[in-house]
Amino acid sequence: MAKRRGWLRQTFHKTGSPRWFFHGSRPWMIGLFAVGGVLVLTGSVWGLGFVPPDRLQGDSFRILYVHVPAVHVAQSVYVAIAVAGVVFLVWRMKMADLLIAAAAPVGLALTAAALATGIVWGMPTWGTGWVWDARTVSTLVLLFLFFGLVALRQALARPERAALAVSLLAVVGVVNLPLIKYSVEWFTTLHQPPSIRIGQKPAIAPVFLGPLACNALGYYCWTAGAVIAALRTRIVEREAGADWVREWLSGKPA
Amino acid sequence: MALRQTGVTAVGDWLAMGGHGPFVWTAYGISLIALVCICVLPLLRMRGVLRRLRRRWTDQEREE
Repeated sequence: MAKRRGWLRQTFHKTGSPRWFFHGSRPWMIGLFAVGGVLVLTGSVWGLGFVPPDRLQGDSFRILYVHVPAVHVAQSVYVAIAVAGVVFLVWRMKMADLLIAAAAPVGLALTAAALATGIVWGMPTWGTGWVWDARTVSTLVLLFLFFGLVALRQALARPERAALAVSLLAVVGVVNLPLIKYSVEWFTTLHQPPSIRIGQKPAIAPVFLGPLACNALGYYCWTAGAVIAALRTRIVEREAGADWVREWLSGKPA
Repeated sequence: MALRQTGVTAVGDWLAMGGHGPFVWTAYGISLIALVCICVLPLLRMRGVLRRLRRRWTDQEREE
C-alpha cells in the first residue's frame, strides 16, 4: 500500500516539475508535429480528392474534414484547461498554471478556425453563413472563454492574482462544454443531430469517415505538439532565473 | 471518384469543387493558417525569450 502511494505521489510531483517536463518533452513535441502533420496532410488530400461528392451537398461537404476536427480538438483543449484549473486551485501547481497559459491561445486559434470554416461551409450549403442556434452560440461562448483566459492574464499585473483568476474562469467555463455537445439533441438547431456516436453505427456512409478519422487524429497530435511547444516556452520564461535553465542554454549552440 | 479522370480539365474541375471551390479552398486555407500559427508562434516566442536571456546574462557578466 505504502509503495503504491509512493509511486503515485512521485509521478504527481514529477509532472509538476517544470524542469522534468522540459527535458522530457522535446522528442514528444517533434514526434507529435511530425505524425500530426502527416495525418492531416493525408486526411485532407484523401478528403479533397478521393471521396465522392455528397449526394445532397456536393463538394462543399469536404469542409467537414477541417471543421469537425477543429471544433472537437478545441473542446478537448478546454477540458484540459479546466482540469488544470482545478489542479491549480487545489494544489497551486505551477505547471497547471503554465498549461492554461500555453493552451489558451491554441484553443482560441482552433475555435476561430472552427467558426470560420463553419460559416464558409454554411453559405453555399444551407444558404446562410450563420444562425443563432444553441450550438453556434455555445461555440461562440467557447471562443470568448479562450479569449478571456488570454486577456485576463494580461490584464492582471500580479502573476499570482492572474493565475488565480484565470483558473477560476477555466473551471467556471466548463459548463459550456456539455451545452455544446448536447445542444443538437436538446434543441432544434441548424446543425443536424450527431451522426457519429460512440457505440452506435454512424449515420454517415463509411466511405466518408476515413479522412475524418485521419484528420481528427492528426489535429489531436498536432495540437498536442503545439501545446507542448507553448508550454516549453512558458517554462523557460517563468524559470529563467533557475540554474538548470542557464545550464541548458549554455549547452545549446547559438 | 473525384480524381479518377485524365487531362488538364480534370484538375480544373477538381479545383472548382463543383462550383463550391472558393468556399472549400477558403476553409482549408483558414485551417492551414491556424495550424501553422499554433506551431510557429510558440517557437518564435521561444527564440525571442532565449535571445533576451542571453543578452541579460552577458550584460550581467560584463558588470561583474
